Amino acid sequence: MKLVVANAPHVRTDDSVRKIMIDVLIALMPAVIGAVIFFGWYSLIMCIIGAFFAEFLEMFIVRILRKQKDFKPDGSATVTGLLLALNLSPIAPWWLILIGVMVAIGVAKQAFGGIGQNFFNPALVGRAFLLMSFPTYMTTWVAPKIPFSKMPWDVVTSATPLGILKEQGFSKAIESSGYWNLFIGNVGGCIGETSALLLLIGFAYLVVRKRVTLTVPSTYIGTVFLVASVMYLINPERFGSPLFHILSGGLFLGALFMATDMVTSPMTLKGQAIFGIGCGVITMVIRLFAGYPEGVSLSILIMNGLVPLIDRATKPRVFGEVKT
Amino acid sequence: MRLLTFKGGVHPPEKKELAREQKIQIFPIPKTVYVFLSNHAGAPAKCVVKQEDRVKTGQIIGEPSGFISAYVHSPLTGVVKNIEKIYHPVHGKPMEAVVIEQTDDEEEWELLERKVWESSSKEEILEIIKKAGIVGLGGAMFPTHVKLSPPPEKRIDTLIINGAECEPYLTIDYRLMLENAEEMLQGILITMKVLSVKEAHVGIESNKMDAVQHLRKVFKNTPIKVHALKTKYPQGAEKQLIHAITKRKVPAGGLPMDVGVVVQNVGTIIAIKKAVVDGMPLVERGLTVTGEAITKPFNAIVRIGTPISQLLEAGGITEDAERVILGGPMMGIAVNKLETPVLKGTSGITALRASKPWEEKPCIRCGKCITACPMGLEPYLLNLLSSKKRYDDAVNNGLLNCIECGSCAYDCPSKIDHVRSIKLAKKVYLALRGGKK
Repeated sequence: MKLVVANAPHVRTDDSVRKIMIDVLIALMPAVIGAVIFFGWYSLIMCIIGAFFAEFLEMFIVRILRKQKDFKPDGSATVTGLLLALNLSPIAPWWLILIGVMVAIGVAKQAFGGIGQNFFNPALVGRAFLLMSFPTYMTTWVAPKIPFSKMPWDVVTSATPLGILKEQGFSKAIESSGYWNLFIGNVGGCIGETSALLLLIGFAYLVVRKRVTLTVPSTYIGTVFLVASVMYLINPERFGSPLFHILSGGLFLGALFMATDMVTSPMTLKGQAIFGIGCGVITMVIRLFAGYPEGVSLSILIMNGLVPLIDRATKPRVFGEVKT
Repeated sequence: MRLLTFKGGVHPPEKKELAREQKIQIFPIPKTVYVFLSNHAGAPAKCVVKQEDRVKTGQIIGEPSGFISAYVHSPLTGVVKNIEKIYHPVHGKPMEAVVIEQTDDEEEWELLERKVWESSSKEEILEIIKKAGIVGLGGAMFPTHVKLSPPPEKRIDTLIINGAECEPYLTIDYRLMLENAEEMLQGILITMKVLSVKEAHVGIESNKMDAVQHLRKVFKNTPIKVHALKTKYPQGAEKQLIHAITKRKVPAGGLPMDVGVVVQNVGTIIAIKKAVVDGMPLVERGLTVTGEAITKPFNAIVRIGTPISQLLEAGGITEDAERVILGGPMMGIAVNKLETPVLKGTSGITALRASKPWEEKPCIRCGKCITACPMGLEPYLLNLLSSKKRYDDAVNNGLLNCIECGSCAYDCPSKIDHVRSIKLAKKVYLALRGGKK
């Protein structure tokens, strides 16, 4: 009998970072399947390249460059790579994801010290980098027309609903897609962002598994709805309807899977609410008044930067401490 | 039915089923006992016996050496073999213990002076409790007579009996509540008299509803109320228990008496009854021997100073046991010296099989520790500040309010050991600052 002396607690939850990441990957599967249906097999290839290259790169950096020989992958890089792939245009060239992953994992994550140390969501940093460096590839869209098609290049390019709203007004935008298509994802956009329905199905799995709290998604989407409602009353043709704003662009992907990233969001429920509202307001400001048609990723990045301040402002009250 | 509870906490597997059906047995008196002179919180007792002295069961072998200190009695009839230093599991260093060996004589008791408590004064009862060497049997081992004599400016109006037993595995309080309810009733009435309080509450977790119902029946027509509490760890932590039952919040850095409450554990209450009514000093206590590495878990009344090896043997410890814990798995102390004796505060012995070793990973800021902390602290931050030796910053973030319940470390997906660094930081801070700010 060999007895171990260690300090309490002597039992631990069997949760682990890896189990959380596997659940997130499972939750993203409906969106990946949706991408294949709407944009063809090429999207799946992009997802696989992104996920595997991200994990490979992290292994390389941590084991070889940072010399942690016993490092075992926890799946967080896979999630980052997959999320980045879901954030690309369905006709982006295959090497674009490699560059994006290098920035996401190499710069945004590992340069800061690896998991838990990064301030900004790595996938979003990768996307922001690509958007600035390869604007053409990142903003050329196709309409989903042929389910399970092999190659997307021969299809006609089209604008995203938010792009149409910006250039031609709300009636054209809603005429081109319709709410039902927006909801199921049968519109132009990034590989994994178009289908609110499929993203919600995946997110429901995370909720059932108690992996996420509803605070960030509900405050984020709620704020977008509220701001859009007010603007709709002012000028419906220019600003678009609240339902349209909720269902278009990357809002569901961002609010359900990117803003909820544990590392780069506040830790208390109160802080998460502030974070979600901030994301919503900034998203709407960019969508309605700035140059870009879409503002989800930028708004989350900006709020990521504010997380330390939010955490400090929303410290929980110590039991029995009187407010002074 | 709405269950009373507090904010925060975790749900570790309860594991009560291992021993909950086992009736309390009387464990055979061991041949040799090792009785620490430090069998309580505060100053160690002063030894009043010497080698080769013959002692009776219940005879005083140690006298209090300060205000917060307690009497220590011989747990058996025999002869003092030695006074030697052995490893003390709570203090983590060798401390003086009286080694008493049983002689062939029939057991002879030296009982306390007995009075009819109904007609005795508070002071007389308190003196008996002090003479009996009673300390908090829940684990903290704080001398009970001190706890029961709060300074006069603190008006006490409520007595709470802690029957939550929120530690996983342990079942002794549950068995005591089922089997010794009448003794409990007397103990509570005595304690109420000492404190001059009109109401008493018993708090029991809802995984012991039969105990709740049984006590409600026994305590009918008395001022004692029995409450069912939500099964959640650490429901039995003093401040959380008080908040759940009375809705009063003990101020940060304060004591239960600051909100007019005194909390006593079920075992302590029964010890008080035995001392005051039967004249029996604290020489034995109930405990649970349980865990996956025990083939026949049991609840038993055991003499203080019994080496735990004998208890483990009686329970049939398996070869693959990896941790032997004094107490439960959430706050208990792991020992590797099986000659370690039972202390007054040993509520159980939990033997666990080898588990998958856990590896500490970087914090992913999931916030589970914050949700779990019953004291409203940010364990991740305290862990960070403590490991960076920023003790003053840690204290400003509530370090000293930590009750070391282990909820944060239990729930951490990265298996971070917040409690270890927090405990260390507390020690260093108090040593550096001398307890003063």
